[in-house]
Amino acid sequence: MATSTTTWEKLGFRKAFRVGEAGWGHTLWVALVSFIYFLPVLIIVITSFKVQNEALSVPAKFFPTSFFGLIPEQYVFTPTLENFTSVFSRAFTTGGAVESTGFDRYFFNSMFIAGSSVLLALVIGTLAAFGFSRYPLKGNDTYLFIILTTRMLPAIVVIIPIILMFRIVGLSGSYPGIIFLYTAFNLPFTIWMMKSFFDELSLDVEDAARIDGSSELRVFFKVCLPQVVAGLAATFVFGLILTWNEFLFALLLTGADTRTVPVAMNQAVAGGGIGVLWGLLAAIETLFLIPVFLVTFFLQNHLLRGVTFGTVKR
Amino acid sequence: MTTTVIQSTPSSLTTLAPDNWKLAIIGGLGVSILACLALPATISFWIVALMVAIVAAAFVVNAYRRHYYGGLLAAPAIAVLFVMNIFPLLWSLGLSFFAYQSNQQTIRFVGLANYSKLLTDDLKAPELWANLTNTAMFTVLTVSVQMLTGFLLAVLFAKQFPLRRYLLILVLTPMMLSVVAVGVFFSYYYDPTFGIISQVIKAWTGEQFILFSSKTGAVAGIVFADAWMWSPFVMLLVLAGLVSVPTYLYEAAAIDRVGSWRRFWTITFPYIRGLLMLALLFRTIEAFKMADLIILLTKGGNDTMTISYHVIRIANEQNKTSEGAALSYLLLFVVIVLTNLYLYIANRRSQGN
Repeated sequence: MATSTTTWEKLGFRKAFRVGEAGWGHTLWVALVSFIYFLPVLIIVITSFKVQNEALSVPAKFFPTSFFGLIPEQYVFTPTLENFTSVFSRAFTTGGAVESTGFDRYFFNSMFIAGSSVLLALVIGTLAAFGFSRYPLKGNDTYLFIILTTRMLPAIVVIIPIILMFRIVGLSGSYPGIIFLYTAFNLPFTIWMMKSFFDELSLDVEDAARIDGSSELRVFFKVCLPQVVAGLAATFVFGLILTWNEFLFALLLTGADTRTVPVAMNQAVAGGGIGVLWGLLAAIETLFLIPVFLVTFFLQNHLLRGVTFGTVKR
Repeated sequence: MTTTVIQSTPSSLTTLAPDNWKLAIIGGLGVSILACLALPATISFWIVALMVAIVAAAFVVNAYRRHYYGGLLAAPAIAVLFVMNIFPLLWSLGLSFFAYQSNQQTIRFVGLANYSKLLTDDLKAPELWANLTNTAMFTVLTVSVQMLTGFLLAVLFAKQFPLRRYLLILVLTPMMLSVVAVGVFFSYYYDPTFGIISQVIKAWTGEQFILFSSKTGAVAGIVFADAWMWSPFVMLLVLAGLVSVPTYLYEAAAIDRVGSWRRFWTITFPYIRGLLMLALLFRTIEAFKMADLIILLTKGGNDTMTISYHVIRIANEQNKTSEGAALSYLLLFVVIVLTNLYLYIANRRSQGN
């Protein structure tokens, strides 16, 4: 790539940009599209700074300041941090009785459960994907197909036996139960994704390592794994996003102590006697978005540079 | 450690060796049965679990000695999936042959009555059919919108430009929201009085706009919310393909003055085809299961009921566990047929090239 460009430049053919590059004009255009796409999220974030009657006002108030009188007063709201403080400290009232929101606990639960189950699925799934890719079993495709079908059923089908099963073993409402379940929930995705990454790696490098006397373990850890780091990052992010926001299993299988944020959020929606508290809900969602947003942002480099590894043809 | 001679000692039934899985199975079965007969259920459960672990260990040692790495590597994943998915599936298959309601203690074997009731009952069969058509409609609409939007967004982001990573994360954000928040906040946007969309339309036309007043509106609202949330997923996968195309191919094409349409089909498309298919498969599966958005937005009103919400309603809200199980098995059948079709097409394509 680099050589071809320099040759071109030596010959005097200078392009404005190399192939696949664009300038600020493109940025402007993409920024517009991205902003429109992001708008619903932005409104959630804005709503989290509003008190209830400003959230419900007609016409909708979009702007926190009037920008020195530039924006008509009717579109301006006064930002408040009340919602954020009440997520953690102030108890909110549900039909008279005052009870604590307990969202600090729920945030910890979400983080712990999602993090550990995604990592567990990544370890187990990567091993399995490597196996499926390099040492095909008899009826390999059948196994992969069965693994995929487990992802296809509506969750409700398996959930009834799982509830019964957990009750017998004493796992219902406990951390190991839901973590184990989420691991299974993430596995099909992990296996299929990681297998596609392993499939595209060059076998020559591995064979060279074997000829040089590497054991199979060493080939896996020193040759294959470093080449799919980007794939691991991508799979981790996908799994995290899916698990972080999973609702149905969490609703039916977590107890009061292990409840995750989406479930608690749903109860905050359903439980309020005076309708949905939009500001509070928006604040919860904004806080809930931040960790997964940051993880995605920091793994994005891996995601972007790396996803190429999965598909580069030999 | 260069063992060229593979130890192939025929492990007879009687030798007590760690890799003798046949002996482990027989012994394990015997102990399990004895434990089940003699001990209370809570203790025997753990004894059976222990026996399963011993058999599994025997298999592992056996596989390792025979250099059967494929099975060894896949075993933990298959074990987890078996316990958490396949075993419950078999359990609910069993349940579908019984008359069982989770709020009652009685259980009675009825054979195929649950299935025949669902398929032939005058009340239930048309409802089932309507829900299936709705699901198919939602799947086709959401998946096609997602694929198109995701693809276009990916094309937009395929080039290198300033601030790219900051803009990309903005587009990826909808995917990271929780379904509950998306459902609740889209009902906030669609609300007839204070919803933003209704306000804009009211300012335009002067009359109140209620999106969910017709089926078209309700479907459009749900499809829009779902497509908005999941297009970034398709985008990310397609983008992965687009970025991986080596630039020298494009440079060569530019020298040969290849038209942009042909350049796309001959250079770009082969690189993204696999990922496009993967995105299509995963989105179709998810769209087929779609229930939570509908619960949050329309509660199945205006004829927007999907099959998966129907199952939840039967099994969870009406407590007809076994009927729900039977219905989900009919569903599984449809899904398996669809996936086989997909895999057939995908395989034929990849062999064609």
